[in-house]
Amino acid sequence: MGLMDRMDGPDRYNRDIMISVRGLHNQFGNQVIHENLDLDVKRGEILGVVGGSGTGKSVLMRSIIGLQRPDAGEIYVLGENLLDDDIAGDQEVRRRWGVLFQGGALFSTLTVAENIKVPLREFYPGMSAALLDEIARTKLYLSGLPADAGCKYPSELSGGMKKRAGVARALAMDPELLFLDEPTAGLDPIGAAKFDRLTKELKETLGLTVFLITHDLDTLHAICDRVAVIADRRVIAIGKIDDLLATQHPWIQEYFSGPRGRAAHRAGAL
Amino acid sequence: MSDPADYFEEMTEQGGVILHFSGDWTIAHISAIDKRLRQLAVPVTGVDMSQVSAIDTVGAWLAYRTASEHQAEITKATSEASRLISEVSGSSVMASRPEIAPFLRVIAEIGEAVVVAFTTMLQFMGFVGQVVASLFSVITHPGRLRLNAITQRFEMVGVRALGIVGLMSFFIGIVIAQQGAVQLKQFGAEVFTINLVGRLTFRELGVLMTAIMVAGRSGSAFAAQIGTMKITEEIDAMRTIGVSPIEALVLPRTLATVLMMPLLAFYSSIITIIGGGLLCWAILDIPPVTFIQRLREVTPMTDFYVGMIKAPIFGAIIAMAGCFQGMQVENNAEEVGLKTTLAVVQAIFLVIVLDAFFAIFFSSIGWD
Repeated sequence: MGLMDRMDGPDRYNRDIMISVRGLHNQFGNQVIHENLDLDVKRGEILGVVGGSGTGKSVLMRSIIGLQRPDAGEIYVLGENLLDDDIAGDQEVRRRWGVLFQGGALFSTLTVAENIKVPLREFYPGMSAALLDEIARTKLYLSGLPADAGCKYPSELSGGMKKRAGVARALAMDPELLFLDEPTAGLDPIGAAKFDRLTKELKETLGLTVFLITHDLDTLHAICDRVAVIADRRVIAIGKIDDLLATQHPWIQEYFSGPRGRAAHRAGAL
Repeated sequence: MSDPADYFEEMTEQGGVILHFSGDWTIAHISAIDKRLRQLAVPVTGVDMSQVSAIDTVGAWLAYRTASEHQAEITKATSEASRLISEVSGSSVMASRPEIAPFLRVIAEIGEAVVVAFTTMLQFMGFVGQVVASLFSVITHPGRLRLNAITQRFEMVGVRALGIVGLMSFFIGIVIAQQGAVQLKQFGAEVFTINLVGRLTFRELGVLMTAIMVAGRSGSAFAAQIGTMKITEEIDAMRTIGVSPIEALVLPRTLATVLMMPLLAFYSSIITIIGGGLLCWAILDIPPVTFIQRLREVTPMTDFYVGMIKAPIFGAIIAMAGCFQGMQVENNAEEVGLKTTLAVVQAIFLVIVLDAFFAIFFSSIGWD
């Protein structure tokens, strides 16, 4: 049995599949959130995850990044099984991903620059203060924040800047994989469009793979390579938006062909 | 598979030096090379990147920094490397908080502390005023009194404290009686242990120990609850809806504590007496009936009044200090902890200071 497991894991994983979820089952009390959910995220793509409120998008992300232990199923991230007892391997994977939480989740007692340095200090205690400063500065620049934002505390930042600061911290370790949980929620349309551009730029310049939970139709059309739709406790469809439009599922039709969906589609087509 | 980042220097015929970078220029391998690059004291004219096997933004930054410090040229970079280098090249000098000389900083901190102390005192007085004002407005409009909130606080402040206050009081009674018995025995005056237990308990210890316990249990809870609500903007939401936070949050807590404190203090005094009485019975062979008889002879009614007058006032101080510190919370989660600690420390301090005043006051009006 052990041999089969080992064969199954790395065998299914190859360099081009960054995240592989199989048969995921999540349940809170009597409420089943995910049942037999499968999902693959390919290297170098921006995968948008959509679904109605309460369909378990965030729970899916929390399961993948190991904050929520699923009741059943397999999760491989960067080839590492996160549900086994190999703690050291899990830690190794953690330095290869970055996570942006919905509210930014910046440490409120540290400045933005210190926030960025937290993962660096944790994994590379020997790094000199000057280099830490320079790295923090570079990440601030990459995430599109002005240089003077580094010495500010999170409470002194606007909502959009907090998200950018969150991205800067997520990028601190030069991850291969970036998780974004509703990055444009609560931003004005201009800020949201800027954030979309930032995500796309980062993906292109740093070669990131992005797992993006969103409700924002504009984001889906503008930057996502593929979109996964969660409904009925599993991923009911995954693919380019045009392919999704061809499916007959009522929720997908309503989501993408409603007035907002059509407007975003027109804008995306331009 | 991956070689650590490294470089070697090559002299050119013009007297310059070309740095040949090799290996993995990624964050995991960069610390040592960063120190070496900073100490570079040769005229670098070129950076050759052809041997670099992997690079990330940190490696790109080091290459860019080295090249721009020496006005050198980066050559033979892969397309990935040049893309990263051009991406990080716009990173500018980060502004930092201005540094102040230590001497000036100490003076500034002292000054700041004085200003904070005075403004806090003023704010606290203002806060007490607000509470009193809203109390009057509730008295004139009794319909606005939040009975539900108050009864809920009764339970939190009073009923749930019974266990711990009782246990504490029982042991304090034992301690006083035991110490009294040991000391007074030397004069053959063990029977005065009953005076000690009775008078000390009703006058001072019952109410004081209860106040300290309530400050730790409820004052801290008030500060933390209100502080958290402040951070999550619930207080602001209340204000915009038109609900006064003082009336909705502070007044019920204060009233509940004011009403519960005398009850708790009385309860605590009785349990302390029971503890002391049991010890007298066990060690001094004074039977309970004699103990109670003697207690009634030596403890004047004024002792009971003294305790019961102080209790509600201590309750008001504890509740208002807790709520006030909660309202002072701003910005971040750490403040909640800080202000909660401050609420308890301030409440206990104020209670003890006031207790000293009361002691002198009551003996000067003849209640001794």
